[in-house]
Amino acid sequence: MRWTLWLPLMLFAGFVGLAGYQLTQPKDEFVESKMVGKPLPAFDLRPAALNRPGASLADFQDGKPKLLNIWASWCLPCIAEAPHLERLKEQGVEIVGVAIRDRPQDVARFLDQHGNPYARIGADDVSAIQLEIGSSGVPETFVIDGQGVIRHQHIGDVRASDVPMLMQKLEEAR
Amino acid sequence: MLAELGLAALWLCAALAVLQLVGGALAQRDGSGELAALVRPAAIVQGVLAMFAFLMLLWVFAITDLSVKLVATNSHSMKPLIFKLSGAWGNHEGSMLLWVTVMAMAGGLIALVEKRLPEKTMQATLAAQGFVALGFYAFLILSSNPFERLPLPAVEGQGLNPLLQDIGLAFHPPTLYFGYVGLSVAFSFAVGALLTRQVTPEFARVMRPWVLGAWVFLTLGITAGSYWAYYELGWGGWWFWDPVENASLMPWLAATALLHSASVLAARDALRTWTIMLGVVAFSMSMVGTFLVRSGILTSVHAFAVDPERGSFILMLLTLYIGGALAVFAVRAGSIAEGTRFKAWSREGALVFNNVMLSAILGIVLLGTLYPLLTEAFDVRVSVGPPYFNPVGAIFTIPMLLVMGVGPLLRWRGDSWERLKWPIITISAIIAVVGLLVLVFGDVTVLPLLGLAIAAGLAIAAFLPLRGRNLRRVPIATWGMVIAHFGIAVSLFGMASETAFTQEKLAAVSPGGSEQVGDWNIKLESVDPVAGPNWTALEARLFVSRGSEKPALVTPQARNFWAPPQQTTESALLTRWDGQFYAVLGDQAEDGRWQLRLWWKPFVTLIWYGGLLIALGGVFAIIGRVRSDLRRRAGEEDNEGNSPEWEQA
Repeated sequence: MRWTLWLPLMLFAGFVGLAGYQLTQPKDEFVESKMVGKPLPAFDLRPAALNRPGASLADFQDGKPKLLNIWASWCLPCIAEAPHLERLKEQGVEIVGVAIRDRPQDVARFLDQHGNPYARIGADDVSAIQLEIGSSGVPETFVIDGQGVIRHQHIGDVRASDVPMLMQKLEEAR
Repeated sequence: MLAELGLAALWLCAALAVLQLVGGALAQRDGSGELAALVRPAAIVQGVLAMFAFLMLLWVFAITDLSVKLVATNSHSMKPLIFKLSGAWGNHEGSMLLWVTVMAMAGGLIALVEKRLPEKTMQATLAAQGFVALGFYAFLILSSNPFERLPLPAVEGQGLNPLLQDIGLAFHPPTLYFGYVGLSVAFSFAVGALLTRQVTPEFARVMRPWVLGAWVFLTLGITAGSYWAYYELGWGGWWFWDPVENASLMPWLAATALLHSASVLAARDALRTWTIMLGVVAFSMSMVGTFLVRSGILTSVHAFAVDPERGSFILMLLTLYIGGALAVFAVRAGSIAEGTRFKAWSREGALVFNNVMLSAILGIVLLGTLYPLLTEAFDVRVSVGPPYFNPVGAIFTIPMLLVMGVGPLLRWRGDSWERLKWPIITISAIIAVVGLLVLVFGDVTVLPLLGLAIAAGLAIAAFLPLRGRNLRRVPIATWGMVIAHFGIAVSLFGMASETAFTQEKLAAVSPGGSEQVGDWNIKLESVDPVAGPNWTALEARLFVSRGSEKPALVTPQARNFWAPPQQTTESALLTRWDGQFYAVLGDQAEDGRWQLRLWWKPFVTLIWYGGLLIALGGVFAIIGRVRSDLRRRAGEEDNEGNSPEWEQA
């Protein structure tokens, strides 16, 4: 018996073992953000809309977990996520918006048309805060705990299926 | 009623597959066995019934029978007939049925016409075929029934994704399946030959048309897929070493090696166990590829149809088929007599070299594709890309291409250096001169430089086997080889030229402004909104000209689909004989200027023309082989003596 003839079978068994092992592993489809566990930087943003206050670091340090939503009136997926943010708000979640490179009249029109789930909206005219917290696009949603530490980063629009996940992350941040 | 008939046919097919398996297996043990006589008829009837089941599925899709779940979820009464029909296989269940139908029809065909192999080997082959088919029938009947009824008929179908209503996509999956099924037939032949220890030249000749057919379909699939990615994704690239692309490349590499080693076996009765091994590996690669794509185990930019449950099922089938075949190989291969020996400097020697190199490349691609899977087990995430695949693959590709130029000129058994001195010097001289010219006149990195030089040498070398022969008496299969090898040169030239000479510009242009890329002058006339059936888009009107040529209009778009919401870039192409102009529209800057991404890609189209030539060569080879088979069967004197291979030049 030449043992080399068994080599292909052994290699194949290795592949099956590896594939089988990986298949049983829960697949996390999202790359874990490097920002998780980091505190928010100090910032103080002027109000982006007339009827809402601006946003600052202090707002996130009152002991209550919140959502930080990066959005813009010129962003189409933000329209798609608006109703789901509304549902989060209805469940008692406090959402702080940061409007990226926006104009007050555009922000006002957007909020008129698509609803206003925000407790506060700061204006980030040069994407300064956005870049500092590791967000590369709009929309993105961060779960911030009561001490102002980032607990979760959600990239892309919030969909109906993400609502329970975000509620759970907020619960965990308590 | 139609759906129930289809399901009944599937059950009967599964029963016949069991009969094939048991009858064929018993025949191995006690010589003939009472069921042995039923193996061939069972395969034929199974082919007919599978075809019937698939016709029933087409029928319920054609009449949009909304009480069938698959129709209700994948079709719509208002769809054009062609997309109603293609909807039948544009989903998981239907595509599985198509796959097994093609496989059953192939099994029926060999049962009907193949008379050259010993009967026992044929029965073992059909038993293996039945075994493979049985797995798919089990999957269809038990967990993916395409004929499942809804408790209440749907009012209207949920339609097919509008993005998939594309004639190219309608025929893309069948192309792949034909390729995979061809390899499954080769696999069955290999297992049959191994079980009965009948690894003969005759076996190689019987298997070869199936390998060639599979190879032609895979070549076309890869070529079309590459062009699709090139114009649709808007990145200007034609190969990304994405897992899905690798999944299609690996069976192709194995099939290429297999069809060359089968030629050695057919002509010279050498490389017996190696050919069997490749027959198993080629089919394994198509199954492994399907598994990687469907299970979602690897993150891919175009992972689709991902479902871990289906993944487990495919892995199970894979383990049974491939593990079984490799176990039989380990037990039996040692007892297969060694084939005829040959000298290193011979046609066989060159083909062995080709096989070793192709296998090495296959190993490299497989390792690169699976490596992230391996490291993830240790919680390290890596991504393997062009910096690995290109240089490491080139180490083996370049020697293989060089030998490809010379191999077809060599005689079987052994040859002399004297006889081939001049052709080899000529080819080397062309490569050296072209290389030097490119080095002097172009600013080019080493791989594209070598690519251009070798392509030029190969283009000439491909035709040298015809030298000094009466062209009208050259066998069709030899023409096939010449065309396919020339296609490799053409494709290689396109790849090297695109890599070396592409000119790219990322520009911000105001309407009315113009820009320059290479010799091309681009004027942006305007950017306007346009609307399609389910999208709106911004469309740029670019007037593009070169020298005194009349400006041509190209219109790249940035599209927004709304159901589902998705942004795509529609690149615009302008094709000339010496390359393509490629434009993509980007965002508008705050000052009103538009981002444009512009490329001039010299001779890029040769990549895909080369691919088509390779496939055409394969078609010629099939025609040549089948014709000489038919002639031999008709008892005619073969006008090439007793060796109908790519003979003695």
